[in-house]
Amino acid sequence: MKFTCYHCGQPVPDDLDLTVKISGESRSMCCHGCQAVAKTIVDNGLQDYYLHRTSMPVSGQDVVPDELKKLSLYDHPDIQKSFVIENDAHMKEAVLILEGITCAACIWLNERHLKQLSGVKSAQVNYATHRARISWDENVIKLSTILAEIQLLGYNAHPYNAQTSDALRQKKRKLDLRRIAIAGLSAAQVMMLAVALYAGAAFGMETSTVQLMRYVSLGLTLPVVFYAALPFYRSAWYALRSRKLSMDVPVSIAIISAFIGSTWITFHGKGVVYFDAITMFALFLLAARFLEQGAKEKSVEAAENLLKLAPAMTIRIRDGKQEVVPVLDLEMGDMILAKPGEAIAADAVVVEGESSADEALLTGESRSVPKKPGDSVIAGSINLDGPLFLQVSGVGENTVLAGIVRMLDRAQAEKPRIAQMADRVAGYFTGVLLVLTLIAGGIWLWIDPSKTFEVVLAVLVVTCPCALSIAAPAAMAAAGSHLLQRGTLLTRGHALETLAQVNHVVFDKTGTLTYGKPVLQKSIALGKVDAELCLRLAASLEQASEHPLAASFLNAVDQSTLFLVEKAQNIPGKGVSGMIDGVAYTLGNITVVENRSITELGLPEEVQAGATVVWLASENETLGAFVLSDELRADAIELVSQLKQAGIRVSILSGDSEGAVKYFADKLDIDTYSSSMRPEDKLAALQVMQKAGDVVAMIGDGVNDAPVLAGAQVSFAMGGGTQVAHASSDIVLLSEKLVEIWHAIELGRESIKVIRQNFVWAIGYNFLALPFAAVGFVPPWLASLGMSTSSLIVVLNALRLK
Amino acid sequence: MTGILVFLLSLTAVMIIAAGVGIFWAIKSGQFEDMEGPAQRILMDDDDPLIPHNRLKDKEE
Repeated sequence: MKFTCYHCGQPVPDDLDLTVKISGESRSMCCHGCQAVAKTIVDNGLQDYYLHRTSMPVSGQDVVPDELKKLSLYDHPDIQKSFVIENDAHMKEAVLILEGITCAACIWLNERHLKQLSGVKSAQVNYATHRARISWDENVIKLSTILAEIQLLGYNAHPYNAQTSDALRQKKRKLDLRRIAIAGLSAAQVMMLAVALYAGAAFGMETSTVQLMRYVSLGLTLPVVFYAALPFYRSAWYALRSRKLSMDVPVSIAIISAFIGSTWITFHGKGVVYFDAITMFALFLLAARFLEQGAKEKSVEAAENLLKLAPAMTIRIRDGKQEVVPVLDLEMGDMILAKPGEAIAADAVVVEGESSADEALLTGESRSVPKKPGDSVIAGSINLDGPLFLQVSGVGENTVLAGIVRMLDRAQAEKPRIAQMADRVAGYFTGVLLVLTLIAGGIWLWIDPSKTFEVVLAVLVVTCPCALSIAAPAAMAAAGSHLLQRGTLLTRGHALETLAQVNHVVFDKTGTLTYGKPVLQKSIALGKVDAELCLRLAASLEQASEHPLAASFLNAVDQSTLFLVEKAQNIPGKGVSGMIDGVAYTLGNITVVENRSITELGLPEEVQAGATVVWLASENETLGAFVLSDELRADAIELVSQLKQAGIRVSILSGDSEGAVKYFADKLDIDTYSSSMRPEDKLAALQVMQKAGDVVAMIGDGVNDAPVLAGAQVSFAMGGGTQVAHASSDIVLLSEKLVEIWHAIELGRESIKVIRQNFVWAIGYNFLALPFAAVGFVPPWLASLGMSTSSLIVVLNALRLK
Repeated sequence: MTGILVFLLSLTAVMIIAAGVGIFWAIKSGQFEDMEGPAQRILMDDDDPLIPHNRLKDKEE
């Protein structure tokens, strides 16, 4: 009978009998790792974890003494300097990124367990960010002990190097929240008094009471005008100093003039006060900007968590000796050792060893990537199978990870053209508005001086072009963060709006339309054994192999039908051999069957150019051949048909040979393709299309695609592609899913539609409201409400983008 | 009339200051940093061992 592990939910191997007594019942475990973790949990009285959890954790790993020794390095003051804050003489505080959190019960488990340790003063885990803030007494407990305890529970903790930018962002966030709180508290009270004052104006109120309420309103408005609204004045001042008009200029004029006017009225009697309008106006504007800022930061945070997953320690090999050193000390050309299961510390090239790496943190794809000498690995990816000796090729700012974060920064710094236009329009608009306000004020001064102030204020507030200014950024932020969640990273600001106009999509072939990796295409029986059995024999032999081709075989068969292989052996440069049911088999390249005449093997002709052939032989007979070649990505056909349906032209520009390109073009039903193209040919072909008026989206992955990626109006690079390709493209498909291209185009079109709606609404509202305000039909409080409602509608409209 | 208003308004002032101090403290102590975790945490029965019935069962083991 099959059991599943009580701790992690994986099946328990039949020959294993490991149990842990949890809440009085004996539970079976699938491995020593899980047993150790479960025991730690029970021993610490935390078995409630099993009652509350809503999803399974990852399997426990055996904690290797070696690992623990490595942790002790975190106690070194030099290393702690980068991430530990010293609160007191011996009180320390650090932020850790926790890996392996799957549900809220995990947080409970970590917090409870850490708090039980003597010397730990507090432990708090943030569910949203998976970061733990821990403070401890250095004299009682060491950081390495805390990290080891977390590891015993089956989680991994990495110190989080809280960079200054992060600290600044938090400080700014807190400051913004404080300003909103002040504005909110004041606005609520002032509004209440305002209702009383309006009612008093209608039904009569004693002058002394009116005066009292005015003085109180004035007092309540002071913190708003002198504290909460400061950012508006500052940005208006910067804009004026650089001889520009930003929307903060009329905002500041409105707030300051309304305040001075109302204060004057408060002290000298006659007239209406507008303290309510001031506070509401400030509150709505502050809140809208806070939300906009939050959407922006989310995408930055996602990228930064990537960066911080790179390990802090690694093993360096110098003069034949291994030493554990901080990653910061690594230099280009250093030799490092990456053990199986460890994160790789720096971008590097494999010198010795064969393994595979999990690059999911970059690509979102859990499929592992084989690594052999000469291959490059990226910092932060996980080494899965065997030890790898690596030569460091990039550290710190030079790593792929850091590059991605920089690209993201650039995209955020570059404003999309449509948003730039909105800013310019808002600038002109503000100028026109100020002039109109002056004219309206002048006319009213002539008709009825007592109403001049009210009208000027209403015009200023009602026409505030906030909605216009946030129309494009709100939509861009919403669409961008949505795409990032699906594994599509926009690296340049203009990408979305250009995508909307795309009418021609051009693909590279290898690595883009295809996986760029060999996949088993055909098994051919050459002896007495049928093809299906040949394949099973071959896959069985490959079980123990770490060769990249092995995975192609193993993926092609049902793993449970494999044979037991004895005396399995790797023969370098040839293949693998082993005994199955007493018969010796060899699987490998042509050398396996070298001694036999190849003509008698009768390999079929349909083997396409560039395919790899692998041979299977027993001691005295050639049994079969396997054709492995590149394969179309699973969703390539779907994407092409979707694009065609939408009326978008599709072409292939490839450096590969005619035959291979035609083969795939036929499969995809693409008529226009060119083969054997050099990078400059590709660019020339692209320019011909562009001259014909096409807006081209180029999709590629290789170094040879870089120029054409840069030349296209908008370009996608595959997440697994080269760095040069990433750098020259506008969008990176981290998910490597081709259908996401269609999704991005759709979302781009949708975004432009939403931005247009927002513009029409924002401009329409302002022009509609302006005459009413100018002729004195709109009291300032209504103007304030109208302004914020129009901004809110714009933001809500943008949030529809999904 | 004005007398009672003065009293009520000063009461309001006291309350606003109290609320302001409270919110400032909440912001400073980082209560707006994680809007999700505490909602989940409340569901964890931290006090489970404190309930006499549960404690008895533990002792039997």
